[in-house]
Amino acid sequence: MTTADADIEDVEIEALLGALVRRYGYDFRHYARASLRRRIRRAVDAESAPTVSALQAQLLRDPACMQRFVFQLSVHVSSMFRDPEFYKLLRTEVVPWLRTYPFVRIWHAGCATGEEVYSMAILLEEEGLADRCRVYATDISDLVLQRAKRGIYPLEAIRRYTQGYHRAGGSHDFSRYYTADSQNAIFHERLRRNVIFSLHNLVSDNSFNDFNVILCRNVLIYFDEPLRDRVLHLLDGSLVRGGFLAVGRKESLRFTPLQSRYVELGQDSRLYRRLQ
Amino acid sequence: MKERPRRAARPVDVVVMGASLGGLYACQRLLARLPADLPVAVALVQHRQPDVESGLAHLLGLHSSLPVSEPDDKEPIKPGHVYLAPINYHLLIDGDRFALSTEEPVLFARPSIDVLFSSAAEARRERALAVALTSASDDGADGAADIKRRGGRVLVQDPAEAESEILPRAVIARASPDAVLRLDQIPAALVEWCRQLKLTPRI
Repeated sequence: MTTADADIEDVEIEALLGALVRRYGYDFRHYARASLRRRIRRAVDAESAPTVSALQAQLLRDPACMQRFVFQLSVHVSSMFRDPEFYKLLRTEVVPWLRTYPFVRIWHAGCATGEEVYSMAILLEEEGLADRCRVYATDISDLVLQRAKRGIYPLEAIRRYTQGYHRAGGSHDFSRYYTADSQNAIFHERLRRNVIFSLHNLVSDNSFNDFNVILCRNVLIYFDEPLRDRVLHLLDGSLVRGGFLAVGRKESLRFTPLQSRYVELGQDSRLYRRLQ
Repeated sequence: MKERPRRAARPVDVVVMGASLGGLYACQRLLARLPADLPVAVALVQHRQPDVESGLAHLLGLHSSLPVSEPDDKEPIKPGHVYLAPINYHLLIDGDRFALSTEEPVLFARPSIDVLFSSAAEARRERALAVALTSASDDGADGAADIKRRGGRVLVQDPAEAESEILPRAVIARASPDAVLRLDQIPAALVEWCRQLKLTPRI
């Protein structure tokens, strides 16, 4: 793409994002632009549209196309026990505190295809907390949530997940949590008996409860700074005092409005506790 | 009273680099020869095993006069720093900051050299400079071509010298690089590029 083409594409992207707010109420205008542009281009290719403008025309008239577009734009690459050290810290630092509560609410904001939700469910079950906890798993994309609800993941990933599980402090045979067929591992339904999957858009929807723990990992990287700060405010307003907020391994509350009211547990854990 | 529009400062210039097989040794040698007062930032993608914390930033820093670190998302880009793409994230240049992404691997790689190079092409256009080093995959060749299309510059390690010549050859075939250089010639070329951009060494 030459510089002139790229300039035209920037104008088209602005127009597209504005049009989607008016037509569907989805607001991607404050998504981090460099990676958003990549995903829009992928959507243009996937729909075989010649240009962003042509895709816009399709999107405005075809809600099914819009649904696919939201799926494309929401990054839903995930894995179970991603960053095992983090899950270890959940066990040692957060679980003891959760035990002091008769009832616990946990929010996975931007749960994608659910890998981390099942990781959490397994951890809570092993700690004997599952039936005291309600886990709210939310995402912006309906198609993504449908996958999360199924809890079916390709067998080829399971070896990596098993390693992650053990490195995260899991001591059982990991295969007790799923049934395998020739291609997939189907995670047991009982793991999601206390999980509520729901659509929620961090950009436009409000807080819907008070939570003891909020996980919002590798979501804020897709927002620009003003939007990230607004979403952090939303998460902060949804967390009980003394509650825990987890962000991604390369995300941070440093230099954000929340910095002064949260302490990080250990160096670079990216697991923060809201001060009393 | 009307406020006079402020002229935005030009964002920090960045050299983007990519390597895989043999890259650690090549990068160590290259970084060791960069001057401590380099007036631009260096962003580096080095392919490596996912899920293994290798302490690569530390290893690269041992022989470098410039500080080496893995940036957080939205970290401001500072001149005279070397930034290493973290494992399992793509590294992108977005204005005067870095952006990270967990999108799908590109050519089996995350971080991907193509993603970094293309973002530099978008963000810096004719002021972008890419250096393609030894690598056993052609991830990076399309990104280098993007940089050329936007008027930027591409240097490539001499395939005869590179431990793996796949990326250097792919860049030569697809991106018409400005120069094919031995590793020990690249630092001087970077300094010369800074001079042409009229950047003065930092004090």
